[in-house]
Order: sequence, then C-alpha cells, then structure tokens
Amino acid sequence: MATIPQKIIHRYLRRNKKFPHVWCMGCTNGIVLGSLIRAIAELELQKDNVTLVSGIGCSSRMPVYVDFNTCHTLHGRPIPFATGIKLFKPEQNVIVITGDGDATAIGGNHFIHACRRNIDMTILVMNNNIYGMTGGQSSPTTPLNGISVTTPHGSIDPVFDICKLAIGAGATFVARATAFHTIETSKIIRDAVIHKGTSVVEIMSTCHVSYGKLNKKGGPAEMLRFLKDNSITIAEAEKLEPEKKEGKIIRGIFHKVEQPEYCERYQALCDSLQKDEKPEAASPKKEEAKK
Amino acid sequence: MTKKEEKMNVPTEKNEPHTQLLQGNEAVALGALAAGVNFFGGYPITPSTEVAEYLSEELPKVGGKYIMLEDEIAGMCSVIGASLAGAKAMTATSGPGFSLMQEAIGYAKQAEVPCVVVNVMRSGPSTGLPTKPSQGDIQQARWGSHGDAPAIVLYPHTVREAFDLTVRAFNLSEKYRTCVTLLLDEVLGHMREAVVLPDPSTLRIINRLKPSVPPEWYKHYEENQKYPTPLASYGEGYRFHVTGLAHDSLGFPTNKSSEVAVMMNRLKKKIIHNIRDLVQIETFKMDNAKIAVFAAGICARSAKSAVNQARFDGIPVGLLRPLTIWPFPDDAAKKMLRDVDVVIVPELNEGQMCREIERLKMDPKSKLISLTKVDGEIITPAEILRVIREVN
Repeated sequence: MATIPQKIIHRYLRRNKKFPHVWCMGCTNGIVLGSLIRAIAELELQKDNVTLVSGIGCSSRMPVYVDFNTCHTLHGRPIPFATGIKLFKPEQNVIVITGDGDATAIGGNHFIHACRRNIDMTILVMNNNIYGMTGGQSSPTTPLNGISVTTPHGSIDPVFDICKLAIGAGATFVARATAFHTIETSKIIRDAVIHKGTSVVEIMSTCHVSYGKLNKKGGPAEMLRFLKDNSITIAEAEKLEPEKKEGKIIRGIFHKVEQPEYCERYQALCDSLQKDEKPEAASPKKEEAKK
Repeated sequence: MTKKEEKMNVPTEKNEPHTQLLQGNEAVALGALAAGVNFFGGYPITPSTEVAEYLSEELPKVGGKYIMLEDEIAGMCSVIGASLAGAKAMTATSGPGFSLMQEAIGYAKQAEVPCVVVNVMRSGPSTGLPTKPSQGDIQQARWGSHGDAPAIVLYPHTVREAFDLTVRAFNLSEKYRTCVTLLLDEVLGHMREAVVLPDPSTLRIINRLKPSVPPEWYKHYEENQKYPTPLASYGEGYRFHVTGLAHDSLGFPTNKSSEVAVMMNRLKKKIIHNIRDLVQIETFKMDNAKIAVFAAGICARSAKSAVNQARFDGIPVGLLRPLTIWPFPDDAAKKMLRDVDVVIVPELNEGQMCREIERLKMDPKSKLISLTKVDGEIITPAEILRVIREVN
C-alpha cells in the first residue's frame, strides 16, 4: 500500500476542473485538503458515497477541486444543506468544510444545533483567525488585541474556543489539528469520519496575506513554524503547568462518546410507525428512501 | 384511525373520493403528499404551522423525512440539500420566515434545484399581525431575493384549489428545475371548507428528468433544446458540483461574461418561453363586461360574490383571477384593459398587484381603481360592490 501521497491525491482531483485553484501561494488550505483526501483514501470510501458541503470563504472553495458529490452553499449555511442531504440519504458520508467565520459567526446557530442533534456528519472547521476571502476582517476567533482591517487598533472581542463550543453543544467527537501536522490531521479526520454522530475537527490553518501580514507573523513558512512550535498534544498539555499552557494550541481528540445518531433515531421512529400501517402502502417508498 | 384522522374525517380507504372538512393548510399538506413529497424541513410560524404539523405526523409513516430546524434559513437550506440528494422537498412559512429564506430561495433558483416553498401570508411589516390576513408578500415573492431570479408563484383561493396548486407547484418545480412558491392567505390557511379531493392515482405527477448519458458526459447545466437539463441526485454516480456562484455548464464557478450570460439567459428563458404552460387565469362573467375586477386569493372570493350581486342588478361586471401570480398574466391583463372601461383591483396591501396593471395600461383614459386595505381585515363583498356601483 505504499503509494506516493501525491498520486493518491491525483486520483481524487477533478480532471474536468481547470486549475489553478483560488488559494494564494503559501496558503495551507491545500495541505488540509491533502490530509482530507488521504483520510478518505485510507478508509477506501467510494467517491459516489462522499458528499462535501461547504459554505463561503477561502477554505470553503475546497470541494470544487475534488471528485465527490460537492455543494458550495451559502455563507454560514453548509450545515443545514448537509443536514438535508444526510437525512434524506443516510448512506452518504457527509463532510462539511467550513471556516471560523462561516461556522461560528454567521453559521453559529446551525453549528450548535447540528452538534445537539448528533446527526452523522464530519464538520471540518478551518480556523485561520480571520476572514481571508474578503480581505482580512476580524472573526470570532481573531485573538484579543489581534489586528485585522476592521480592528486596526486591536480586537477587543473575546474569542470562541471552537472545541469547547462543540462539546458544550453536544457533539460526540471533538478534536483539534493543525495544517502543519498533516499525518496527524489525516488520522484525526479519518477517526472523525468513522465516528457515528456529529464530529467536529478544528483545523488550525494560516493566512499569511491578511492575518500574518497585519500581525507581523511572517510568511507562510514562519506561520507554519508557529503551528509546529506552539502546539502540543493533549498528553503533553496534561503534564504542563496551567500558566505554561497559555497561548499553546492543544492538539488531539478531546471528546469522543457514543450517543444515538439522529438518522438512526429517525429510522427507528419510521419503523415503529410503519409496523402499524399496511405493509404494501409503506414499503415501496421506504425502499426508495433507502436506495 | 388516529384521533387526528377521526377529527379530520379521513376514512381508512384513503383513495376513495369523499367529502372532507379541510383547512387550507391541511389541503396543502395533503396536496404535497399526493405529489410525492418525501422531505419537509422547516420552522414553526403562524399561520403556516399546520402544514408542518400534518407532515410531521404523516411523513414518517411513509418513510418520508421530516425535520424541524433551528430557523427558517436552515429549513430552506435543508430543503435544497435534500432535493440535491433526490428528494421532493418543501418547506412552509409566513412573512418573517419568508424574508429570512430569501437568500436560500435565490440559491435554489440560481443552482436550479427543484423545491417548493409555501408562504401563508400574514400582515406585516415586521412581526405585524400574525393571525390576520394580508397579501403583502406579492412583490416579495417576485423580487424578495437579490438579483434577477426567475419566479413561479401560484395563488389559490379555495381549499380545494390549495390542494391542486400544491400538486402543480411540485410539478412545475420538477419540470423547470426551480423553486416554486405557493402563496396562501391566512384566511384560506385556517378556513375549513367541505371538499372532495381527487383520487391520488388520477393525478398527473411530474418527476424531474434523470440523465441518461454516462457520468463523464453529464453536464447538469447544459444548454440544449430539450428543456430543462436532467438533474442527477447525489450518490447516483454523477459526481457533480453545485454552487450559488455564477457557473458554467459543469457547475464550476466562472467569471467569463460569455458563460454568465448563458446562465442568466437560461434562468430567464425558463419563464418567458413557457408562459403558456405557467400562467393560469380564471375568467368569471367577463362576457360584455364594461367593468372588471382583478383579484387573487381571498379578495377574489369577495370579488366573486360582489360580481354575482352586481350582475343580478344588471351591471356589466366580471372578474379576472390569476392562479399564477408570477409570471404575471400580462396578456390576459392587457386584453382586460382593452375590453373594459374600468378596472378595480382589490387587494390586502398598498397596491402591489395594481402597480402591475398600471405597468400594462396603455390607454391613459381607461380607469384603474386600487382598492386597498392593510388593517388586518379582509375586503368584504359589500365594499367591492360599492365601488362597482360607483363606477357604473
């Protein structure tokens, strides 16, 4: 199985889509896409059974390049689109690709409610701490005192901890990864896709053209090095004193529990109701929905 | 029989036509089921909630999917997602929810995803009068979403017609691959009438065309004579891309003006090349009429009564009632303006429909009377009759 990673990726790219992609040179979205593809390849999922749904923003442009069922939706709304797809076709592996602003600002309501329902989908939140596509405005994850084009004097807004938010809302798989640790990210995405229920993976990515430039974080390489040097695993974090953990990105799977999944609960409800009905009236449509 | 069925007088032999006492909203739900709805995603709002309530009870029994989302935006988005996965999907709402859904409605039209939105209109603006009738969303149903999106909007005036037009809304949405809106008056949504519904097996049900070409040849936005382009569902081997961005024939984003023009033109052609199929209008006692009442929905019921009375009194008056309000029945309205001396447009808003007649009026001498009411009450037959007598 020793296939060169690059070759794996080529198997999943759309041949009829004209490259180049929209991302800036040095952007980490492509690296994360690579991690996602390797996870899907490792799971040997059929392309027809994978649906990628994304919102609006840089990271949300990801689905167009890959050969799956893909839907580029509205700003903040990939989760409800995905909910409709998943509920109607539960056999689809639904993966939502969204950003920090898309998932936690405009789409915050949908995000928490998907977690609450525990509908089986994988939500990859690419967190670059800023709105990249519109030119560097502050998002709910722009750090306190961070500079953006709409917080030129430093942000006074406290930030969302996306993982804590997801756990609090009821997600049954919550993890954090970074664009630097690609192999680890791939494994986490794989586990998240396997997990039955709402899985949230926050992936720390970089935006050197707006966040990096405005906050003097350096170029693409320096920002990746920051992810490398400033992140620790959960095991490492447990050994550290609380004050030393300050400012560190903690990676790994924070939360994983088994809870009844939404589509299964819905099917159980249908089954219990259909027992009472005449079988010939209920069966054809049921089969259709199962296809 | 469940308690609800007993109350609604639904017999166990469901296919046998019989008289039922039905609410407009229930008729919409029954029409949707007859048309084959298998996904409902929504959010409760007065006065449309009975549609959701009825489907929440019935859909799980037939393996259909029902989900209550966190808001109307999510409701509409889930409907589009489900439709892409192959569902016949719908949602139901009222003014405030309809406003929230507009962005997603525009998406469904731009991405050409079939779905049905029912808007049981209530008085606005804002929260307005949730339990009072209004026809304030006539223009919102046309222009509510940003950009030049096409609009197919149907508007029933009886409980039976609410059933029929719901079936038709699904048929048109599947046929033309677009989002179709069904407008209902609050009064009609909540009013009960004795109706005989047709045997579902006698209904003509249109399902979207499916591609017959192999996946590598499939272009889901291809420009061709056979209209519209077939639409595959996710998971059927046609791994296509859908976006709200301007797109090419493969659904990939494009900035090329030549490709954008093709796409925008297709959205427009969908309507203007199919006016005859889309527009339905009822002509009532228009023979030799010198006065015409142009009214839709609940106002048409008052108008019918007024026209009957006036005809009894010997006044040459008739009624034109659009069942399709968008695309606007321009030809029928123009003919009416040519044939009669006076047109009266009663409506429960500040003249949203009247301005369309005004737009079509060629002869400055012909008289157009806008009879409006926005206080939460309906326009009564007596009020219309008074105007008819005044102008006669």
